[in-house]
Amino acid sequence: MTATQPDSRAGERTPVPLVEVTIDGVVTEVPKGTLVIRAAEDIGIAIPRFCDHPLLKPAGACRQCLVDVAMPDREGNVRPMPKPQASCTLEVTPGMVVSTQLTSETADAAQRGVMEFLLINHPLDCPICDKGGECPLQNQAMSHGRGTTRFVDVKRTFPKPLSISTQVLLDRERCILCQRCTRFSDEIAGDPFIDLQMRGARQQIGTFDETVLGFEGQAPVGDAQIDVSGRPFASYFSGNTIQICPVGALTSAAYRFRARPFDLVSAPAVAEHDACGADIRVDHRRGVVLRRLAGNDPAVNEEWISDKDRFAFHWQSAADRLVAPLVREHGGRGDTDDALVETSWADALDVAATLIAERRGRLAALPGGRGTLEDALAWSAFTRVVLGTNDVDFRSRAYGDAAEEQVLGSHVAGSGIAVTYADLEGADVLLAGLEPEEEAATIFLRLRKGVLAGRASVRTVAPLLSGGASKLRADLLTAAPGTEAEVLDAVAELGSADRPGVVLVGERLAAAPGGLAAAVRLAERTGARLAWVPRRAGDRAALEAGLLPRLLPGGRPVDDAAARAEVAAAWGADELPAQPGRDLTGILAALAAGELDGVVIGGVDLDDLPDPVAARAALAAVRAAGGVVVQLEVRTSCVTPYADVVLPVAPPSEKSGTYLTWEGRPRPFAEVFATSAMSDAAVLGLVAAELGLGWADDGAAKAPAAWTGARLTVDATRGAAADAVEPPALGAGQAVLATWKLLLDGGRGQDEEPHLAGTARRAVAQLSPATAAALGVTGAERVTVRGPRGELTYPLVVAPMADGVVWVPTRPRSTGAGSDTLDVATLGARAGEIVEVRA
Amino acid sequence: MTNSHSTLTPVLTDIWDAPRSWTLATYRDHRGYEALAKARDTAQADLVELVKGSGLRGRGGAGFPTGLKWSFLPAPDGGPRYLVVNADESEPGTCKDVPLMMANPHVLVEGVAITSYAIGCDHAFIYLRGEVVHVYRRLLAAVREAKEAGLLGDLEITVHAGAGAYICGEETALLDSLEGRRGQPRLKPPFPAVAGLYARPTVVNNVETIASIPAMVLGGSEWFAGLGTPKSAGHGIFSLSGHVTRPGQYEAPLGITLRQLLELAGGVRAGHRLKFWTPGGSSTPLLTQEHLDVPLDYEGVAGAGSMLGTRALQIFDETVSVVRAVSRWIDFYKHESCGKCTPCREGTFWLQQIMHRLEEGRGTADDLQSLSDIAGNILGRSFCALGDAAATPIQSGLTYFRDEFEAGCHTPARELFPPHRSVLHATDSEEVPA
Repeated sequence: MTATQPDSRAGERTPVPLVEVTIDGVVTEVPKGTLVIRAAEDIGIAIPRFCDHPLLKPAGACRQCLVDVAMPDREGNVRPMPKPQASCTLEVTPGMVVSTQLTSETADAAQRGVMEFLLINHPLDCPICDKGGECPLQNQAMSHGRGTTRFVDVKRTFPKPLSISTQVLLDRERCILCQRCTRFSDEIAGDPFIDLQMRGARQQIGTFDETVLGFEGQAPVGDAQIDVSGRPFASYFSGNTIQICPVGALTSAAYRFRARPFDLVSAPAVAEHDACGADIRVDHRRGVVLRRLAGNDPAVNEEWISDKDRFAFHWQSAADRLVAPLVREHGGRGDTDDALVETSWADALDVAATLIAERRGRLAALPGGRGTLEDALAWSAFTRVVLGTNDVDFRSRAYGDAAEEQVLGSHVAGSGIAVTYADLEGADVLLAGLEPEEEAATIFLRLRKGVLAGRASVRTVAPLLSGGASKLRADLLTAAPGTEAEVLDAVAELGSADRPGVVLVGERLAAAPGGLAAAVRLAERTGARLAWVPRRAGDRAALEAGLLPRLLPGGRPVDDAAARAEVAAAWGADELPAQPGRDLTGILAALAAGELDGVVIGGVDLDDLPDPVAARAALAAVRAAGGVVVQLEVRTSCVTPYADVVLPVAPPSEKSGTYLTWEGRPRPFAEVFATSAMSDAAVLGLVAAELGLGWADDGAAKAPAAWTGARLTVDATRGAAADAVEPPALGAGQAVLATWKLLLDGGRGQDEEPHLAGTARRAVAQLSPATAAALGVTGAERVTVRGPRGELTYPLVVAPMADGVVWVPTRPRSTGAGSDTLDVATLGARAGEIVEVRA
Repeated sequence: MTNSHSTLTPVLTDIWDAPRSWTLATYRDHRGYEALAKARDTAQADLVELVKGSGLRGRGGAGFPTGLKWSFLPAPDGGPRYLVVNADESEPGTCKDVPLMMANPHVLVEGVAITSYAIGCDHAFIYLRGEVVHVYRRLLAAVREAKEAGLLGDLEITVHAGAGAYICGEETALLDSLEGRRGQPRLKPPFPAVAGLYARPTVVNNVETIASIPAMVLGGSEWFAGLGTPKSAGHGIFSLSGHVTRPGQYEAPLGITLRQLLELAGGVRAGHRLKFWTPGGSSTPLLTQEHLDVPLDYEGVAGAGSMLGTRALQIFDETVSVVRAVSRWIDFYKHESCGKCTPCREGTFWLQQIMHRLEEGRGTADDLQSLSDIAGNILGRSFCALGDAAATPIQSGLTYFRDEFEAGCHTPARELFPPHRSVLHATDSEEVPA
């Protein structure tokens, strides 16, 4: 059965008094307020059900879980209730006596009666239904249904399927109207996505559909968001409705008719698209992943995942997947001058080792932020021991100046788990540089749960109240890009005795001048806890592994001799380089200037970098100067044309390892299926061994024990209001650029997922009414945003937001009807810089 | 309806025959709004006690003691509390609230004002069945008149027209509908008294219940309790329809019998005899000739295996096919099922197909057993009482007239009971007047 695991009791608070009840003759004690159906589960009695879901509010709609109940009256005589009761809505009371279908003929008859009703209009298409084989209705029809039907009449039918979105299809005749999907959309995701319509036997699930509702020429009203396919209802979480549908009514366009559940092999895994560490289940058949489902981890994602975590997995087996090592042949082979050619691992490792050995000390490492902790430690050891440098930076984004490394080194690295998901549920949260729905979907759902329960409250420092933030009922502390520090410094209070304060800092805050230092000041001022929420699955592990120029594993400063000695001992090296290295900007500049001879790079998309054009120029300069680029990558990427050696590495499904969530929680996972692909750690270990510089006997770079010495320090006065730099004055026709990535965008991790892509948000430019008026674009359908390097045209949305600011999504996949590409990099401007806006 | 016959007790119906009975002036000529003035000089708690002591039970069908319902409201916490009058009268055969509001809307408005005062409510709602537009206008006019005459003080009364859904007569579905949501019953608890309209403490009462308050305030609880029977106190409107000589609303003490009411109404139409009847609308199990002397109070009718319901007495003579009548009722319930719960949604869908088959004389050998099983699987297992209501005509029909259902396996109902004979002004023509 879907989702019948015991209730998540994570974050349990004050102990609840116990109540004694008798179920089928078994006396048990359960916490007060427990539903009868849950109490029965606790002692191993499964009551059939459809509408009930432990994470949704009780509905009592399907009536499948009816049981016989008797309760003591005032004199203590146990009296039977006149009607069978829905065990999914009834809370236990002291002395209650429950008889389920196992011991009560009434309950059994009631359940069989309801089952018969559910089946009269249900099609007998189980053999071709996606759910067949894992269907609660099918299972319970077998256990509680009649062998044959006595319904000889006309079944209810509908045209099929109805497209709820490009990703979710609905076969209405299969639907048993349990309302799990609509309740999920309402109670969990908060998207006006699907709802009940019509009534009685004609009642059905649907979106706003004129043809179904019989409305002509009327558009829906409300706060629904339009997705790129033009549908008025967009949700990032719609895939969960497919999973909790207890019949095959909601199906995934990507998976529909592709497999039978009993042919699939399931493996637990951890989602790789963000730093949330959501528990997932990967279903594969003969080495091909066919679908992913939400796992059940009450401490992390409960039973929900985003559509990106669910549907975006074809990237791991995309057509451009690297299967064999490549080396660049310099001339010699006919017309394949300077071409990358496939070779053996032995040859590739030999070439790589030789190229690296020749330039040891003059190479940098750009390891990206997508690896496991094991991979990150291997990169860290490889950089320090093999490359002999501290020129390493896992970041592939804008980050401002050295302040970020100071804050991460002093407050985050080696700090363990400071804030958990459960903490968020009951916290006074301030978001800075973070849009949880777009950048950390699991946090979004957990915050929303806390907010709706009245236990959490949210404020957000942002230029506008996004759809996601409004679903969190967040108060907007309006901040134009660049003014975040000022706004954070103005926050007087955060948190209270029963609702501790938490500052959730997104990685984007680093790019705002003084932003991170101001967040640290706020936390210290208010006693709130600070947590850093990066965007990538491997970011926290990279930080813990010391993939920054001034940090070694566990937050050890590079310039601390004792720290270096501890790490060197753990890695079996004599000593580590003492000179703090270059950061991302420094590395790219040094590559371009010829100060570095090359780079070992992996997991970096040049288009994610603050200046993709400059990054390409830097790599081109390396090639021109006869330097070396060694790439470790899953798929051919924009780095590959510059590489001398390309070493294929395993995607997450084909390796084991440990992700660290933004909390710092280890999320170990095993490989989903075995292939010959090797992890970054294994490949780096082979290269190191080739050079005779292996860092450990078993090839794995170990993390030394926790660091107790001094840490990096933060210059606490940085960016304080007193010495804040005035933002540049805007000229006529100008606005400050605000931008962030949307959950579903042009990222390569979502390649080859057309159904998913259709549910992305429409790419628009947003201006405040005053700014639109000042720019003279009020009423315009489109605006063109112009930066130093180029211009882009977007549909215009005028809505309340910070004045003098234009917001656009960073890298949407869909170009809409505007420009060919809508990648902000085209503009040559970053968040906080000035662009021109015209109609 | 005024009638000098001693068994009638015109209270609510007292001024229906007065000229322009719906106006404030007429109402005031008949002691209108005196009760409100008197109530305002009474402590709120005393008013609740008055209603409790009177034995008034909800007139919407369920018969829950009104004063007790009021006393369930939690202590005032400074926030709003609401009175919602259920005027969504939609039960087949029931026609008491609509004529009452049509003829004398002010008695309801005065009742609303008194009740609001008694329970500490500043904003009352009247949720009216949307189809009765004329009544809607009369209610709006009455509220406006009362407001303009300064009778309501700070009390706000909102008259809301529903959109024509039977389920919205269920009190929690009514509240959802009133809030602008889909009209489907809510999970209870919490009950409306604790978290009703906009999740605030709310009293939901039937029109007739609230309209009974002014006379009770003037007459006192003892006067009220003196009418009717010990457990079913007071007066009520009995609506006789169907094959009676003088159909209409007869206001009488609870406990009167159908035999007495038929006498008042001139008996079953000439030349015919009673075959079956409903005591309180189509949702109450039907009764027969043998129940003519059952006292029409809550206990009496329950003792006969039915329910007093809304006192909508539909009288059917021997020309009527039970199968046909039940089939029409099932059509209604299937059409009006809200769809929330399985038994009601699917059960009525199935019942309808079987009933239509039986009506056509094409029933199968298994159909009677199926009917009985389906009704049994709906009754007591649906989310709200609508499902129960759909099951009752089937079950009682099978109990008393099984042979007619069996005949449905071979002979169409229209042959056994030609419809043209059932119409009130029957002719020999087989044409059924439209």
